[in-house]
Amino acid sequence: MDAKARIREQDEPDDGAAERQALNAVATRPMIGNEAIARGVWEAGVRVAAAYPGTPSTEIMEFIGAFPASDIKAQWSTNEKVAMDVAIGGSFAGVRAITAMKHVGLNVASDALMSQAYIGVNGGLVVVVCDDPGIHSSQNEQDTRMFARFAQVPVLEPSDAQEALDFTRWAFEISERFDTPVIVRSTTRLSHTRSPVTTGPRVEREPLGFNEDPVKNVIIPAHARLAHPRVLEREAKLAAYFDDPDFTRREEGDTSVGVITVGTAYAYVKEVLPEAATLKLASSYPLAIDRIRAFCDSVERVFVVEELEPVVETALHAAGIAAEGKAWFPRVGEFSPEVVREGFAGAGVLEAAAAQEKWAVTPTARPPVLCSGCPHTTSYMAVRAVDGRVAGDIGCYTLAAVDPLKAIDTCVSMGSSIGNAVGFYKAGLETRPIIATIGDSTFLHGGIPPLIDAVYNEADITVMILDNHIVAMTGGQDHPGTGKTLRGEETHRIDFEEMVRACGVKWVRTVDSYDVASVYQALREAIEHRGVAVVISNRPCVLDPVKLKGSPLQVRADGCTACQSCMNLGCPSLGWSDEVLDGFHKVTIDESSCIGCTLCAQICPSDCIRPVAN
Amino acid sequence: MDGSSEKVPAPRNVLIVGVGGQGVIMVSKVLALICQRQGLEVKQSEVHGMAKRGGGVFSHVRFGPKVWSPTIPEGEADVLLAMEWSEGLRWLNHLRRDGGTFIADTRRIIPPFAFRSRKYGSQSAYSSEAPREVMEMVGSGYALDATKIAADLGEKRAANTVLLGVLSMALEFPAEDWREVIAETVPAKALEANRLAFEAGRDWVETMRAIPLAERLKDLPGRGTEAEALQTKEIRFEITAEWCKGCDICVKMCPERCLRLNDRLVAELTDPEACTGCKICEWLCPDFAIRVQRVSVLEPVA
Repeated sequence: MDAKARIREQDEPDDGAAERQALNAVATRPMIGNEAIARGVWEAGVRVAAAYPGTPSTEIMEFIGAFPASDIKAQWSTNEKVAMDVAIGGSFAGVRAITAMKHVGLNVASDALMSQAYIGVNGGLVVVVCDDPGIHSSQNEQDTRMFARFAQVPVLEPSDAQEALDFTRWAFEISERFDTPVIVRSTTRLSHTRSPVTTGPRVEREPLGFNEDPVKNVIIPAHARLAHPRVLEREAKLAAYFDDPDFTRREEGDTSVGVITVGTAYAYVKEVLPEAATLKLASSYPLAIDRIRAFCDSVERVFVVEELEPVVETALHAAGIAAEGKAWFPRVGEFSPEVVREGFAGAGVLEAAAAQEKWAVTPTARPPVLCSGCPHTTSYMAVRAVDGRVAGDIGCYTLAAVDPLKAIDTCVSMGSSIGNAVGFYKAGLETRPIIATIGDSTFLHGGIPPLIDAVYNEADITVMILDNHIVAMTGGQDHPGTGKTLRGEETHRIDFEEMVRACGVKWVRTVDSYDVASVYQALREAIEHRGVAVVISNRPCVLDPVKLKGSPLQVRADGCTACQSCMNLGCPSLGWSDEVLDGFHKVTIDESSCIGCTLCAQICPSDCIRPVAN
Repeated sequence: MDGSSEKVPAPRNVLIVGVGGQGVIMVSKVLALICQRQGLEVKQSEVHGMAKRGGGVFSHVRFGPKVWSPTIPEGEADVLLAMEWSEGLRWLNHLRRDGGTFIADTRRIIPPFAFRSRKYGSQSAYSSEAPREVMEMVGSGYALDATKIAADLGEKRAANTVLLGVLSMALEFPAEDWREVIAETVPAKALEANRLAFEAGRDWVETMRAIPLAERLKDLPGRGTEAEALQTKEIRFEITAEWCKGCDICVKMCPERCLRLNDRLVAELTDPEACTGCKICEWLCPDFAIRVQRVSVLEPVA
């Protein structure tokens, strides 16, 4: 049986011709960039898609999962490396495949990408990476274009939602034509801006079947030495391919200033300096240097406007082209019309905007907080009470690092907490109990190898797995600990206790996150245990998959001594009442947002928090 | 170059701000759909991520024959629609000085962060500017208690649709288009409540337009009288060391984490600055070993 027939066999029964027609319709409607990318994936005839959630990339896989399963096998993977490998496997097998991730996800997946850059592809292979200039929800603002340059794979940079769709489709053509993985780079702004997109039909691809070529597919040293020169040839061929008026696009204008720009920065340039001659690049790597040089020769003064790192600018300087860029436009933060205008003003191209007198108002600081009833709250109250040295991790619970919980000492990257705790122990200086706190999905993503390391190397640490049964920070996605797939189907559910014991941990206890005394007690016993001890703090997230709401509590004002113990939970439902007792506000509970978790009632020293009397 | 020689008319800019869960995204989607019906290009930009965690939410909506930047530059919003009072203040300087319209719900959603001070006599750190003074300063626009208007109609959750009604009066699109798009957007069972809320918002503006601004402002909340400055109090923490058996209860229960057991396992105050004198330790000590006093101190006359 050939590959195509096998895929047909897996297909679900016919969706109905009418539905299929509606799906294939050529229509224009507003989409966020991520939806447009997903649509491009579907239209390109992709059959395998895998991702791990991460802002701002998460919606891409959710939108892909909304297309028929008979068209695309779409899945959440345990981490970006696994997702990358799944997509690579799909490509090996002979179908088009995609993986999507946030910028720091590419660090995790890079090992596979660096090899695949040498191996190339069979079915088209596209890696969508969403950068986060301005660090809206990340730990850094690394520029993926540097990674593309490093891996020597082309990177396409759409500037709006329509291009997000078109470039995604185009990326598969390039991938197959030049035998290379292709990166499509989005940014938070593009991923989350809604603008009109014209859709097209899905074009089914003839599956290729596996290509029996060990010299290509098995990247041992002898084969890699053959592959590397091919990668360099490919770079030159791609540069020649981009030397095309559609991909390196000149927009005529006043030639006293010429602007070279790429990605979302293009929109800001057009907003601020619409009359200038512009060269819009579809890609920062590789560059069609001759076409760029011709543009530069035709204008008096050249500027490169690119967000984050001077990738294009540096390449132009290396080619002996005098272009100005980062001298005027910042390397940090997100661009905006203001930033671009200020850059051109600094360079003397535009008049500086007249300084406008500002209305003097004092907005309220409103940092993100853990939700009312968040089960992480108790875990961190307990961690605080034992005065631990706490290695934190990535997730909602990182919010416990700030006032009033203030219970986390470090936060590095996905899964770092446990390895960091081992390091604290090995340094031998710490007098406090060493604790690593890590969420359920983060543990499955990157926490298992360091847990095995901790047991193997006999570290005396306590690990708290904060199991809220969901990937919460990114908006509630499933993972192997939820027992549900991307498409909501039942599947095997990982048992955390079993998993931890299998890693060799001798002391494990699961506690109810809402039972304050049990959490405190378990943590104290775990710390007493010599060696690795694991406490699993177990309660579902209050927002996802279902928004929980129980009967609210209220404060009996005649009993409240205004001690502020409950205010240390940082619960958004707790606030100050107008009643003041000897200089301190008594506390009141907002009944509409209180979900009745009872944490405040359990810690109230004067026992004055009770259910609302009906 | 002066950057102002565009041939196409500049886009119109509406900035919609609020707090997670208030419906900022719903309101901006309705607006974007209406603009699209008029055959205009629309870009709507929002930042997700922290919104669900009680942080501020904002959505830039730009529409016109051609729209480039997805974000609205500072000082260029034609309308600033604030669904929460202090979020409106945060974005106030995005409003156009020459004829921008400020529409603000006077509802206050106070974040936990505003209650973090433990100083004697503290007030919440919520914005102190009251609607009356801000509207006087801005000079045009509307401040209203949309939640109350919606509650009076029997559906508190339709406050955002009341604000849509107010917004519809500030933009030039036909009222009928708004009604149609709202009908298509809200769930069928909430349709009647939202229809009433939308008309209530429009009626409210009609009524207000008939009243001169100065008259209108009189009815808005002004700045409250500042709480009287309280006397500084000195806190005295005394422990009878012989009675303390080092049970640790006071250390564990101290809301400010300013107690610890010393080398002799006797409780001691480690950070007198942090102690608020709440007396929890005194009340909970099983051995009556702790005594906390807040003593008034007379400020020296300057």
